[in-house]
Amino acid sequence: MSEKYIVRSSAVAARELGGEMVIMSAADSTIFSLSEVATRIWQAADGRTPLSEIVERRVCAEFDVPLDAAYRDAEAFVEELSSHGILRVSDQPLTDAEPRAPEAP
Amino acid sequence: MAAGTFPTARSASSAAAPQNGLTIEIGGIPIFLETSDPAFRGLLFDRYSGFVNPAAAPAYHLEIRLEPSAQPSDQDVRVSKSGGVWRLERGDFRAEWDMHSRRGWVRQTPNPYSIDAVLRIVHSLLLAEEGGFLVHAASGVREGRAFVFSGISGAGKTTMARLAPRDVEVLTDEISYIRRSGSGYHAYGTPFAGEMARVGANLKAPLAALYFLEKGPAGRIDPVGQLAAARALLRNILFFADDQELVKRVFESAVEFVSRVPVARFTFAPDERAWELVG
Repeated sequence: MSEKYIVRSSAVAARELGGEMVIMSAADSTIFSLSEVATRIWQAADGRTPLSEIVERRVCAEFDVPLDAAYRDAEAFVEELSSHGILRVSDQPLTDAEPRAPEAP
Repeated sequence: MAAGTFPTARSASSAAAPQNGLTIEIGGIPIFLETSDPAFRGLLFDRYSGFVNPAAAPAYHLEIRLEPSAQPSDQDVRVSKSGGVWRLERGDFRAEWDMHSRRGWVRQTPNPYSIDAVLRIVHSLLLAEEGGFLVHAASGVREGRAFVFSGISGAGKTTMARLAPRDVEVLTDEISYIRRSGSGYHAYGTPFAGEMARVGANLKAPLAALYFLEKGPAGRIDPVGQLAAARALLRNILFFADDQELVKRVFESAVEFVSRVPVARFTFAPDERAWELVG
């Protein structure tokens, strides 16, 4: 499996609201609300951490789900956000991204 | 005047007014409209009569030059930003607005609609800087607290304003003016009128609630979740530009607002009972 790297687009606004992460695309004003799991992936999307590592550390370890299923769901989620310009996806680390996200406590 | 409210502008005095324009203070933000045309000055004076404040020190300056002809105004306004300067354009006017220098200019025919559109846009840009906004909503003050009724055209904004009982001062039937104030918000009266074609009362009051309007057989108030409230609010905020920084600001403002102000769905019977549940 080839690695995927994801980074949050700069053309979005994001805020936590009532326990949910709410994201708006500045390009087309589409609004998304993310589940708790999706929020963890979103927050870890630093362009340098492989998606598989994000899923393993931020999803599987914290939500007790098997890696294969979690990774498939994460790929679908990433694909959807990418289609709206909310995330950028690459098979290489995105070097213009912000510094690597801090480890979860 | 209802308890707890207070005027935001003094009554105009033509004796003290400068000869090259007039200061219009909406939302506590005085903007000097410069025009050398005495007839147009008179037209502006009448149009914004409750909001003319010659005593206020203008915070901003708009120079208006009248042109003899223009295209019809039924097209959408285009707003863009270039080099820190906003450009505003519609068939009936062209304008520029520099936030940094606090100055701008307008080229238009001698009609009140063009400058009204420019003022709405300029105020929406100014409010975006500080977490406030203009929103498609009627609003009124009752017992010192402001209530805002938002909705699309036909939802009942003008109806709510028309049905306001005597103890309610109507701030607007069309465009509500919301500013941050400490940990809350204030609603201000505006001269931006809808079908009532009547300027609002020049007052401000702390905001008690935002209601999204629906007409129904009887009055009821139902809670709205914060996410749904933010989505609905964003649909009704006046928003003119595709500028990404501005989009982010408006989003932040809407989210912050719904996390601080009670928001509900307000079903009302469009008759004398409309305001029974408000207050």
